[in-house]
Amino acid sequence: MSSATCARSQQRSRGHAEFNLTLFSHPLNPVESADIAVADGLCFGYGRQLVLEDVSFSIPKGESLCMIGPNGGGKSTLLKLMLGLLEPTRGSLSLFGKPAEEARKQIGYVPQAVRFDPLFPITAIDIVLMGRLDRHRFGFYSRKCRETALQALAEVGLEEFANRPFSDLSGGQRQRVLIARALACEPELLLLDEPTANIDLSVEEQFIETLALLKEKMTILMVTHDLDLISEIGDSVLCVNHRVHRHSLPLSGETIREIYSGVRRVEHDRRARHVHGDHSACEHD
Amino acid sequence: MEITPPVSMTEFFDAVQNIPLIRYALLAGIVSSLTFGVVGSFVVTRRIGYIAAAIAHSILGGIGAAIYFSRVYDIPWLTPMIGAVIAALLSALVIGWVSLRAGEREDTIIGAIWAFGMASGLLFIHYAPGKAVSLESFIFGNILLTSRSDVIATVTLGAIILVLVGLFYHKLVAVCFDEEFARLRGVSSDAYYLLLLAITAISMVLMVRVAGIILSLALLVLPAATASRFSRKLWVIILVSIGLTFVYNTGGLALSFELDVPTGPFIVLVASLVYGLSFALKRLVR
Repeated sequence: MSSATCARSQQRSRGHAEFNLTLFSHPLNPVESADIAVADGLCFGYGRQLVLEDVSFSIPKGESLCMIGPNGGGKSTLLKLMLGLLEPTRGSLSLFGKPAEEARKQIGYVPQAVRFDPLFPITAIDIVLMGRLDRHRFGFYSRKCRETALQALAEVGLEEFANRPFSDLSGGQRQRVLIARALACEPELLLLDEPTANIDLSVEEQFIETLALLKEKMTILMVTHDLDLISEIGDSVLCVNHRVHRHSLPLSGETIREIYSGVRRVEHDRRARHVHGDHSACEHD
Repeated sequence: MEITPPVSMTEFFDAVQNIPLIRYALLAGIVSSLTFGVVGSFVVTRRIGYIAAAIAHSILGGIGAAIYFSRVYDIPWLTPMIGAVIAALLSALVIGWVSLRAGEREDTIIGAIWAFGMASGLLFIHYAPGKAVSLESFIFGNILLTSRSDVIATVTLGAIILVLVGLFYHKLVAVCFDEEFARLRGVSSDAYYLLLLAITAISMVLMVRVAGIILSLALLVLPAATASRFSRKLWVIILVSIGLTFVYNTGGLALSFELDVPTGPFIVLVASLVYGLSFALKRLVR
């Protein structure tokens, strides 16, 4: 572990919940060579404009990584293609060796919490129970479904919040509820769409710890703008800017500039990270 | 069958005991309250009040068409109720289809259906041969359902809606909250959204009978809107909405006899005042 990561784990916040990952029955077998996602000559466009052009990559099972790139570069599009919500214009994309739409049951998707109506009258547990929708017929959820949902909330440290309305939760808590929902799907692959975009730094650190633990039990693919997080998740990144390139970490300044091709990087609030007065390590305006 | 409305509260309670029609109306009121409480909560939560209003106005088109064609072509089974149901379902499906295909344009389509429905209804009624049709019961509602078959229709339709919502409750809530995720879990979000609109459409038909076209949306939405100010849990909102709807409908009915005012507008006035009070109450509680 790098010294930075050690330092961060020593800074655990108080009242931090104990994580017990009892939920998952898909231990990563290093001997298996099955790739979790394979793209071959993948192209996608709305109309004539191609958003993604000739994309080919393969992500082996167990190799968690981040997807980075400028806005409009196709990150979200690639995510939607992986979820089968969009169909490739040309080329192919397969997950777990199947077309994306058939692989949905094995994927847990975590969208951004800000997309939802904050006043919607729903409790945390009811949101998490949505992860069990495919296993539920008529009427109400079974007791086993509820137990699974409570366990998922426990994984993210929110089991006391089970009956709290969504509107009573903070941004970070809402995002964690959505992660719990994805965990309730009992996935082999966790897909997250910019989960830290709207939460503050202290919550973000707790967040990263959760993901680091989950990384042991499932593959994580995370779309993010936050370059500080990429080393926490994996050893390489997938850079998406109409084409897709794999880069090993750490990224040089030149590589970053190349990836974002002149577009100014989205800057999050880094004030708390500065040593007082010392801005030598910062890139901000 | 002509009945003389009772003129005071005591006469009202006598009427309930002695006149079967008023008993039926009460029964219909109870089932309706359950239906409106549930559907109103979904309409408020999912913010489809505008769509519900358009459906209510398009119902006039269905009623007008039914009256016109049943008289011109002598089709006795084509009652205004059937015309209303067909028009409501049709407009719900059109609106639903448009909003699923082209989300941003749905406002204009909704407005168009609203206007078309009202205008065509008025024209059909104007040109319908035979006895002049009084628009009053359509505009203001006619809470004293005039026939036993009406009550049966209300109770049946209301019960069907309640059964559907009961069976598909969690899927409907999931689709309302996050239709994309529901789709990822194998739920046909589009189908459930259309089901919700169809349920809303039938509820509007029932509501138009009670409160008339203009006030139907208010009576559907105000109890749930009031409940939403005090709770952020859907099942609580539903229960409170049912309770409020029942009090407004039944209490309003009885009180309107006492005070001798038109029932529909009176009930909506009470509902609006309570909603307004809820703002004041919240401020006092803080």
